[in-house]
Amino acid sequence: MPGRAQVMTESITVENLSKRYELGALQQETQLRDQLVRLLRAPFGRRAPKEVLWALRDVSFTVQQGEVVGIIGRNGAGKSTLLKILAKITYPTSGRVRARGRVAALLEVGAGFHEELTGRENIFLNGSIMGMKKKEVDAKLEAIVEFSGLQRFIDTPIKRYSTGMRSRLGFAVAAHLDPDVLIVDEVLAVGDAVFQKKCVSAMHDLRGGGRTVLFVSHNMAAVENLCSRGMWIAEGRIKLDGPMREVIEAYMGSFASADGASKALIAADARGGSGEIRFTRVEFRSTDGGLQTVTRCGKSLVIRLHYRAKEPIERPAFALRMYTELGTLVTDTGTWLHGLDIPLVPAGDGYLDLEIDSLNLVPGRYYLSLKVDSLLETRVYDALEHAVHLDIEEAPIYGLSRRIDSRFGLVFFPQRWRLDGIGSGARIEVSPAANG
Amino acid sequence: MGQWVSEIWHSREILYFLAWRDVKVRYKQAALGVAWALLQPLFTMITFAFFFGKLAGIPSDGVPYPLFSYSALLLWTYFSVTLSQVGNSLIANSSLITKIYFPRVLLPAAAALGGLLDLFVSSVFLIGMLLYYHMTPRWTVLLTPIFVGQTVLLVMGLGMLLAALNVRYRDVKYTIPFLTQLGLFVTPIIYPVSFLPHRFQGWLALNPMTGVIQGFRACLFGGGQVDWDVLGCSWIVTLLLLLIGSWHFRSTERVFADVV
Repeated sequence: MPGRAQVMTESITVENLSKRYELGALQQETQLRDQLVRLLRAPFGRRAPKEVLWALRDVSFTVQQGEVVGIIGRNGAGKSTLLKILAKITYPTSGRVRARGRVAALLEVGAGFHEELTGRENIFLNGSIMGMKKKEVDAKLEAIVEFSGLQRFIDTPIKRYSTGMRSRLGFAVAAHLDPDVLIVDEVLAVGDAVFQKKCVSAMHDLRGGGRTVLFVSHNMAAVENLCSRGMWIAEGRIKLDGPMREVIEAYMGSFASADGASKALIAADARGGSGEIRFTRVEFRSTDGGLQTVTRCGKSLVIRLHYRAKEPIERPAFALRMYTELGTLVTDTGTWLHGLDIPLVPAGDGYLDLEIDSLNLVPGRYYLSLKVDSLLETRVYDALEHAVHLDIEEAPIYGLSRRIDSRFGLVFFPQRWRLDGIGSGARIEVSPAANG
Repeated sequence: MGQWVSEIWHSREILYFLAWRDVKVRYKQAALGVAWALLQPLFTMITFAFFFGKLAGIPSDGVPYPLFSYSALLLWTYFSVTLSQVGNSLIANSSLITKIYFPRVLLPAAAALGGLLDLFVSSVFLIGMLLYYHMTPRWTVLLTPIFVGQTVLLVMGLGMLLAALNVRYRDVKYTIPFLTQLGLFVTPIIYPVSFLPHRFQGWLALNPMTGVIQGFRACLFGGGQVDWDVLGCSWIVTLLLLLIGSWHFRSTERVFADVV
């Protein structure tokens, strides 16, 4: 198939898909007794109206062969229902789905594994249920075992496996299914970094082979790195369908409201200082001027500090400290440290900007402390500890999908590893995707 | 229906692996292993032979009572044990149903198939008993698989119906052991059909297992006239249940994943 020219053929067509769940009805009447009681009480009565939930409502889209589509959205938005319908596990209330070729769905890594069976036995069982012929499993067994990296444990019952080992085995089977359409739900959430790399690489290979991939994940770095097209699902509908990066930014923006990017400090308690000048507001802005509701790691940021001076202040010094959630000081910066001497701040409102070119901090929540004091005397005008927080969101770091967080330290540098000195043996395992 | 059958045929390897899993798991950590398949009908037979054969003196159509009851218990044990496994096959595999697509009917079918290993093991013992009692098997022994096959169809028909109902109404889970317990007494296992007053014999024929067991015994031991009416009735009921079972299963399987 790789040889065939990439003609645009529709791989998945979804038309007016809706799925309705009746809430309550299921729990209430799963006992025959309850139904009988109801019948006796009101033989001709009408059933209590059921609460209805539309998990999906009138969803239509097409996916071309070879596209890798990332599906994002909050929990309960309908992503999983969509995947389940595409995987034929559940049926739509109305609408149609057509998929071309073999569809493999990986909704839960290692679904269908049996605790008592060994890794090897589970490969056969799982592979077969997922649609492989026994001959295929026989032929690919060695490759699957090797991919999983579980050679030593392959004849151990998987009840002795850790969660990580199970998912490795599960993904190893799935990676060898050779489907035309692969549907994947949040598999990268588990497993160690090396294995995640393998998974991503396997998914890249699928894309290279002209396979269609639908990928649901909350790991935005992975989604952005793997997928060219994004779909944001909210309340059972497609809210946005477009280039992955735009969709992610719109989605993240929906969490952070504008007031997250602009925080008033007037009412802040726990502040010290004599009060001749006070901070009134902190704003996070982008370099092109507007408020920045989403700040992603590695990107630029302008922190605007608004103040109000009751009287003219001679030679003040403004300072800002940034802490991690655990209270580690990340940086301490200020006008004085930058050699700036402000002769006079007139009475009234004003602001000053701190421009950061690239915020090379790992994703997470950071707290800002603010201070303004005097260069002339030991006097603190205003001091706010942990006045506001700044959420730094994920983005592909080093051009990879790996989720990098506080386990990997605090910062990352613009950097590269050079392997020229190693000789011919070294090669790049993961092809870093086009990273924008 | 045709499409359904062809899809099942294409998935026959899954059926094999599911049945293989069921069997493997059942005996994986059992010290006695497959011997368990033998112990249940064996001890039931010994108990029956003592209380019903010896103490109560229930007739057995001229066949030694242990042989008479064991031959029936062979099929009955398969029927009752497997029926409960088939009936619970969907809810026991709910994690599969909600995560992977495959023809759902493979789950009850695998349970019905997996039980055949036990039946095979306990049949070997039956051959030993025949030799012990110096019964020379007649050529009709070759016909016994027909009745085994009929039992499988019956288990499937009834089982598909129960399994599908079980997904929605968990009451079924409790009903199955109750049904099979009663069934033991309205099936000619402990007694021959001739033991009952004539007016009850017709009712007994409505139980499809009556025909199965009568036919099975006739093939093994010869003697006695085969009652073609009973046999015919038994097949009609079996096929009817198979039809109802698969129809109900078909019409509800789309919601299994939502309800289970």
